Amino acid sequence: MRFGIVVFPGSNCDDDCRHALEDVLQQETEYIWHGEQAFNDIDAIVLPGGFSYGDYLRPGAIARFSPIMEAVRRFAESGGPVIGICNGFQILTESGLLPGALRRNEGISFICNNTFLKVENNETIFTSSCTPGQVLSIPIAHMDGNFYIDEAGLERLRGYGGIVLSYCGSDGAVLPEHNPNGSVANIAGIVNESGNVFGLMPHPERAGESILGSEDGNYIFKSIIKSLESGSGRWTA
Amino acid sequence: MFKGVVRVLPKEGILDPQGKAVEGALAKLGYDCAANVRSGRYFELSINAKTQQEAQKTLEEIARRVLSNPVIETFSCTLTEVQN
Repeated sequence: MRFGIVVFPGSNCDDDCRHALEDVLQQETEYIWHGEQAFNDIDAIVLPGGFSYGDYLRPGAIARFSPIMEAVRRFAESGGPVIGICNGFQILTESGLLPGALRRNEGISFICNNTFLKVENNETIFTSSCTPGQVLSIPIAHMDGNFYIDEAGLERLRGYGGIVLSYCGSDGAVLPEHNPNGSVANIAGIVNESGNVFGLMPHPERAGESILGSEDGNYIFKSIIKSLESGSGRWTA
Repeated sequence: MFKGVVRVLPKEGILDPQGKAVEGALAKLGYDCAANVRSGRYFELSINAKTQQEAQKTLEEIARRVLSNPVIETFSCTLTEVQN
Protein backbone atom coordinates (compact mmCIF):
# COMPACT_ATOMS: atom_id res chain seq x y z
CA MET A 1 0.00 0.00 0.00
CA ARG A 2 1.08 3.57 -0.61
CA PHE A 3 0.91 6.07 2.24
CA GLY A 4 1.14 9.82 1.71
CA ILE A 5 2.80 11.53 4.67
CA VAL A 6 2.03 15.24 4.71
CA VAL A 7 4.95 17.42 5.79
CA PHE A 8 4.20 20.83 7.27
CA PRO A 9 6.86 23.31 8.37
CA GLY A 10 7.46 22.10 11.93
CA SER A 11 6.33 18.49 11.47
CA ASN A 12 8.81 16.30 13.31
CA CYS A 13 7.33 12.80 13.28
CA ASP A 14 7.18 12.55 9.48
CA ASP A 15 10.33 10.46 9.29
CA ASP A 16 9.23 8.29 12.23
CA CYS A 17 6.02 7.54 10.32
CA ARG A 18 7.99 6.78 7.18
CA HIS A 19 10.27 4.46 9.16
CA ALA A 20 7.38 2.62 10.81
CA LEU A 21 5.51 2.15 7.54
CA GLU A 22 8.41 1.59 5.15
CA ASP A 23 11.20 -0.06 7.14
CA VAL A 24 9.10 -1.95 9.68
CA LEU A 25 5.95 -2.77 7.74
CA GLN A 26 7.34 -2.76 4.16
CA GLN A 27 4.84 -0.29 2.75
CA GLU A 28 5.45 2.40 0.16
CA THR A 29 5.48 5.98 1.39
CA GLU A 30 5.66 9.40 -0.18
CA TYR A 31 6.23 12.75 1.49
CA ILE A 32 3.73 15.38 0.42
CA TRP A 33 4.78 18.99 1.04
CA HIS A 34 2.06 21.14 2.59
CA GLY A 35 2.29 23.64 -0.27
CA GLU A 36 1.11 21.08 -2.83
CA GLN A 37 -2.44 21.38 -4.10
CA ALA A 38 -2.97 17.74 -5.05
CA PHE A 39 -1.58 14.21 -4.83
CA ASN A 40 -1.97 11.05 -6.86
CA ASP A 41 -2.12 7.31 -6.32
CA ILE A 42 -2.24 7.38 -2.56
CA ASP A 43 -4.06 4.72 -0.51
CA ALA A 44 -4.00 6.50 2.85
CA ILE A 45 -2.95 9.89 4.18
CA VAL A 46 -0.93 10.38 7.35
CA LEU A 47 -0.87 13.75 9.11
CA PRO A 48 2.15 13.28 11.37
CA GLY A 49 2.95 14.75 14.76
CA GLY A 50 5.10 17.76 15.45
CA PHE A 51 4.61 21.48 15.82
CA SER A 52 3.31 22.70 12.49
CA TYR A 53 3.88 26.46 12.22
CA GLY A 54 5.41 26.39 15.69
CA ASP A 55 1.96 25.76 17.22
CA TYR A 56 1.45 29.53 16.86
CA LEU A 57 -2.10 30.74 17.43
CA ARG A 58 -3.32 27.23 18.36
CA PRO A 59 -1.87 23.83 17.46
CA GLY A 60 -3.03 23.02 13.92
CA ALA A 61 -4.75 26.38 13.44
CA ILE A 62 -2.47 27.60 10.67
CA ALA A 63 -1.68 24.20 9.11
CA ARG A 64 -5.36 23.66 8.41
CA PHE A 65 -5.20 26.49 5.85
CA SER A 66 -2.25 24.92 3.99
CA PRO A 67 -3.02 24.29 0.32
CA ILE A 68 -2.64 20.53 0.78
CA MET A 69 -5.50 20.46 3.30
CA GLU A 70 -8.02 21.13 0.53
CA ALA A 71 -6.75 17.99 -1.21
CA VAL A 72 -6.86 16.07 2.08
CA ARG A 73 -10.46 17.22 2.52
CA ARG A 74 -11.41 16.03 -0.98
CA PHE A 75 -9.64 12.72 -0.30
CA ALA A 76 -11.49 12.29 3.00
CA GLU A 77 -14.84 13.22 1.47
CA SER A 78 -14.37 10.63 -1.26
CA GLY A 79 -13.78 7.96 1.41
CA GLY A 80 -9.98 7.88 1.54
CA PRO A 81 -8.54 6.91 4.92
CA VAL A 82 -6.85 9.73 6.84
CA ILE A 83 -4.99 9.23 10.12
CA GLY A 84 -3.89 12.26 12.14
CA ILE A 85 -1.41 11.58 14.90
CA CYS A 86 -0.93 14.12 17.72
CA ASN A 87 -0.46 17.42 15.84
CA GLY A 88 -2.21 15.66 12.95
CA PHE A 89 -5.21 15.09 15.23
CA GLN A 90 -5.14 18.78 16.19
CA ILE A 91 -5.10 19.75 12.49
CA LEU A 92 -8.11 17.48 11.85
CA THR A 93 -10.20 19.05 14.64
CA GLU A 94 -9.16 22.58 13.62
CA SER A 95 -10.18 21.85 10.03
CA GLY A 96 -13.52 20.42 11.12
CA LEU A 97 -12.80 16.99 9.65
CA LEU A 98 -13.19 15.67 13.20
CA PRO A 99 -15.42 17.07 15.94
CA GLY A 100 -14.19 18.60 19.19
CA ALA A 101 -10.98 20.44 20.02
CA LEU A 102 -7.67 19.79 21.75
CA ARG A 103 -6.92 22.14 24.60
CA ARG A 104 -3.84 22.68 26.71
CA ASN A 105 -3.19 19.73 29.06
CA GLU A 106 -4.94 20.06 32.39
CA GLY A 107 -1.64 20.25 34.30
CA ILE A 108 -0.14 22.73 31.78
CA SER A 109 2.92 20.59 31.29
CA PHE A 110 4.24 18.73 28.29
CA ILE A 111 3.66 15.02 28.87
CA CYS A 112 5.94 12.41 27.34
CA ASN A 113 4.94 9.06 28.77
CA ASN A 114 3.79 5.63 27.92
CA THR A 115 0.02 5.17 28.08
CA PHE A 116 -2.36 2.24 28.02
CA LEU A 117 -5.23 2.54 25.59
CA LYS A 118 -8.43 0.58 25.50
CA VAL A 119 -9.75 -0.23 22.05
CA GLU A 120 -13.35 0.91 22.42
CA ASN A 121 -14.26 0.16 18.82
CA ASN A 122 -12.41 -2.46 16.81
CA GLU A 123 -14.80 -2.23 13.89
CA THR A 124 -13.00 0.68 12.25
CA ILE A 125 -10.49 0.49 9.44
CA PHE A 126 -7.89 1.76 11.93
CA THR A 127 -8.45 -0.88 14.61
CA SER A 128 -9.74 -3.93 12.73
CA SER A 129 -6.65 -5.94 13.71
CA CYS A 130 -7.42 -5.45 17.41
CA THR A 131 -9.70 -7.53 19.57
CA PRO A 132 -12.64 -5.82 21.34
CA GLY A 133 -11.41 -4.09 24.48
CA GLN A 134 -7.78 -4.88 23.71
CA VAL A 135 -5.27 -2.84 25.72
CA LEU A 136 -2.51 -1.22 23.66
CA SER A 137 0.68 0.27 25.04
CA ILE A 138 1.56 3.38 23.03
CA PRO A 139 3.33 6.58 24.18
CA ILE A 140 2.01 10.12 24.15
CA ALA A 141 4.10 13.29 23.78
CA HIS A 142 2.11 16.50 23.80
CA MET A 143 1.29 19.82 25.40
CA ASP A 144 -2.22 20.17 23.99
CA GLY A 145 -3.94 16.80 24.05
CA ASN A 146 -6.82 17.61 26.35
CA PHE A 147 -9.75 16.55 24.18
CA TYR A 148 -12.90 18.62 24.55
CA ILE A 149 -16.33 18.07 23.10
CA ASP A 150 -19.67 19.33 24.42
CA GLU A 151 -22.32 17.00 25.89
CA ALA A 152 -24.31 16.77 22.67
CA GLY A 153 -21.16 16.05 20.66
CA LEU A 154 -20.11 13.37 23.14
CA GLU A 155 -23.51 11.69 22.80
CA ARG A 156 -23.18 11.76 19.02
CA LEU A 157 -19.70 10.23 19.25
CA ARG A 158 -20.97 7.49 21.53
CA GLY A 159 -23.96 6.89 19.30
CA TYR A 160 -21.96 5.96 16.22
CA GLY A 161 -19.00 4.34 17.96
CA GLY A 162 -16.80 7.36 17.32
CA ILE A 163 -14.72 6.85 20.46
CA VAL A 164 -12.01 4.47 19.31
CA LEU A 165 -9.31 4.69 22.01
CA SER A 166 -9.54 5.64 25.70
CA TYR A 167 -6.76 6.12 28.23
CA CYS A 168 -6.92 3.21 30.67
CA GLY A 169 -4.95 1.21 33.19
CA SER A 170 -2.86 -1.83 32.27
CA ASP A 171 -5.94 -3.92 33.06
CA GLY A 172 -8.11 -1.96 30.64
CA ALA A 173 -10.09 -0.09 33.29
CA VAL A 174 -10.99 3.40 32.06
CA LEU A 175 -10.78 5.48 35.24
CA PRO A 176 -10.10 9.17 35.95
CA GLU A 177 -6.69 8.32 37.42
CA HIS A 178 -5.60 6.99 34.03
CA ASN A 179 -6.45 10.25 32.29
CA PRO A 180 -3.10 11.93 31.60
CA ASN A 181 -4.28 15.28 30.27
CA GLY A 182 -7.86 16.04 31.31
CA SER A 183 -9.55 14.73 28.15
CA VAL A 184 -13.33 14.42 28.27
CA ALA A 185 -14.24 10.78 29.03
CA ASN A 186 -10.55 9.73 28.83
CA ILE A 187 -10.75 10.03 25.04
CA ALA A 188 -7.46 9.38 23.25
CA GLY A 189 -8.68 8.78 19.69
CA ILE A 190 -11.85 9.31 17.67
CA VAL A 191 -13.14 8.52 14.22
CA ASN A 192 -15.58 10.53 12.10
CA GLU A 193 -19.08 9.31 11.36
CA SER A 194 -18.09 7.94 7.94
CA GLY A 195 -15.35 5.96 9.65
CA ASN A 196 -12.49 7.03 7.39
CA VAL A 197 -10.92 9.92 9.34
CA PHE A 198 -9.13 8.98 12.55
CA GLY A 199 -7.34 11.23 15.02
CA LEU A 200 -5.35 10.11 18.04
CA MET A 201 -2.95 11.77 20.44
CA PRO A 202 -0.74 8.68 21.10
CA HIS A 203 2.08 7.94 18.64
CA PRO A 204 1.74 4.48 17.05
CA GLU A 205 4.87 5.17 14.98
CA ARG A 206 6.87 5.28 18.21
CA ALA A 207 5.69 1.81 19.22
CA GLY A 208 6.54 -0.30 16.22
CA GLU A 209 9.60 -2.27 17.33
CA SER A 210 10.48 -4.24 20.45
CA ILE A 211 13.59 -2.08 20.98
CA LEU A 212 11.19 0.83 21.54
CA GLY A 213 9.42 -1.04 24.31
CA SER A 214 6.22 -1.84 22.45
CA GLU A 215 5.09 -3.01 19.05
CA ASP A 216 1.44 -2.22 19.68
CA GLY A 217 1.46 0.76 17.34
CA ASN A 218 1.62 -1.71 14.48
CA TYR A 219 -1.92 -2.81 15.25
CA ILE A 220 -3.10 0.57 14.01
CA PHE A 221 -1.03 0.60 10.80
CA LYS A 222 -1.68 -3.10 10.12
CA SER A 223 -5.41 -2.47 10.47
CA ILE A 224 -5.23 0.21 7.79
CA ILE A 225 -3.21 -2.06 5.51
CA LYS A 226 -5.63 -4.94 6.06
CA SER A 227 -8.65 -2.74 5.36
CA LEU A 228 -7.06 -1.33 2.21
CA GLU A 229 -6.16 -4.79 0.93
CA SER A 230 -9.78 -5.85 1.16
CA GLY A 231 -11.06 -2.50 -0.12
CA SER A 232 -11.43 -0.71 -3.38
CA GLY A 233 -7.97 0.77 -3.84
CA ARG A 234 -6.40 4.08 -4.66
CA TRP A 235 -7.70 7.58 -4.42
CA THR A 236 -6.60 10.73 -6.13
CA ALA A 237 -7.29 14.15 -4.67
CA MET B 1 -7.75 52.57 7.32
CA PHE B 2 -9.13 50.91 10.44
CA LYS B 3 -7.54 49.43 13.51
CA GLY B 4 -9.10 46.24 14.79
CA VAL B 5 -8.66 44.60 18.14
CA VAL B 6 -9.71 41.02 18.80
CA ARG B 7 -9.82 39.42 22.23
CA VAL B 8 -10.17 35.65 22.46
CA LEU B 9 -11.13 33.88 25.68
CA PRO B 10 -12.02 30.30 26.62
CA LYS B 11 -15.79 29.83 26.64
CA GLU B 12 -17.55 30.02 30.01
CA GLY B 13 -17.39 26.66 31.73
CA ILE B 14 -14.46 25.42 29.65
CA LEU B 15 -11.42 24.53 31.65
CA ASP B 16 -8.70 27.18 31.36
CA PRO B 17 -5.52 25.58 32.75
CA GLN B 18 -3.42 28.72 32.29
CA GLY B 19 -5.94 30.98 34.00
CA LYS B 20 -6.21 28.48 36.82
CA ALA B 21 -2.42 28.37 37.26
CA VAL B 22 -2.20 32.17 37.40
CA GLU B 23 -5.05 32.22 39.90
CA GLY B 24 -3.14 29.71 42.06
CA ALA B 25 0.00 31.84 41.85
CA LEU B 26 -1.90 34.99 42.85
CA ALA B 27 -3.34 33.21 45.88
CA LYS B 28 0.15 32.09 46.89
CA LEU B 29 1.36 35.70 46.61
CA GLY B 30 -1.33 36.78 49.03
CA TYR B 31 -3.75 38.39 46.58
CA ASP B 32 -6.79 36.91 48.26
CA CYS B 33 -8.91 39.60 46.65
CA ALA B 34 -8.21 38.30 43.12
CA ALA B 35 -10.30 35.49 41.63
CA ASN B 36 -11.75 34.10 38.40
CA VAL B 37 -8.64 34.57 36.28
CA ARG B 38 -9.14 33.71 32.66
CA SER B 39 -6.34 33.66 30.15
CA GLY B 40 -6.74 34.37 26.46
CA ARG B 41 -5.16 36.11 23.50
CA TYR B 42 -5.14 39.67 22.24
CA PHE B 43 -4.64 40.68 18.61
CA GLU B 44 -4.25 44.04 16.92
CA LEU B 45 -4.45 44.44 13.19
CA SER B 46 -5.03 47.14 10.63
CA ILE B 47 -7.68 46.67 8.01
CA ASN B 48 -7.81 48.45 4.72
CA ALA B 49 -11.47 48.91 3.86
CA LYS B 50 -13.69 51.57 2.33
CA THR B 51 -16.34 51.64 5.00
CA GLN B 52 -16.59 50.90 8.71
CA GLN B 53 -19.21 48.27 7.93
CA GLU B 54 -16.93 46.44 5.50
CA ALA B 55 -14.03 46.55 7.98
CA GLN B 56 -16.24 45.25 10.78
CA LYS B 57 -17.44 42.35 8.63
CA THR B 58 -13.88 41.39 7.68
CA LEU B 59 -12.64 41.70 11.26
CA GLU B 60 -15.38 39.42 12.58
CA GLU B 61 -14.77 36.89 9.83
CA ILE B 62 -11.03 36.79 10.64
CA ALA B 63 -11.78 36.46 14.36
CA ARG B 64 -14.26 33.63 13.81
CA ARG B 65 -12.41 31.75 11.10
CA VAL B 66 -8.78 32.07 12.15
CA LEU B 67 -8.07 33.79 15.46
CA SER B 68 -10.50 31.76 17.57
CA ASN B 69 -11.70 28.18 17.68
CA PRO B 70 -15.49 28.43 18.11
CA VAL B 71 -15.61 24.96 19.71
CA ILE B 72 -13.80 26.17 22.83
CA GLU B 73 -13.41 29.95 22.57
CA THR B 74 -15.37 33.16 22.25
CA PHE B 75 -14.13 36.45 20.88
CA SER B 76 -14.96 40.12 20.94
CA CYS B 77 -13.94 42.73 18.38
CA THR B 78 -13.52 46.48 18.45
CA LEU B 79 -12.82 48.69 15.49
CA THR B 80 -11.62 52.28 15.23
CA GLU B 81 -10.94 54.42 12.20
CA VAL B 82 -7.38 55.77 11.95
CA GLN B 83 -5.86 58.39 9.67
CA ASN B 84 -3.50 57.01 7.02
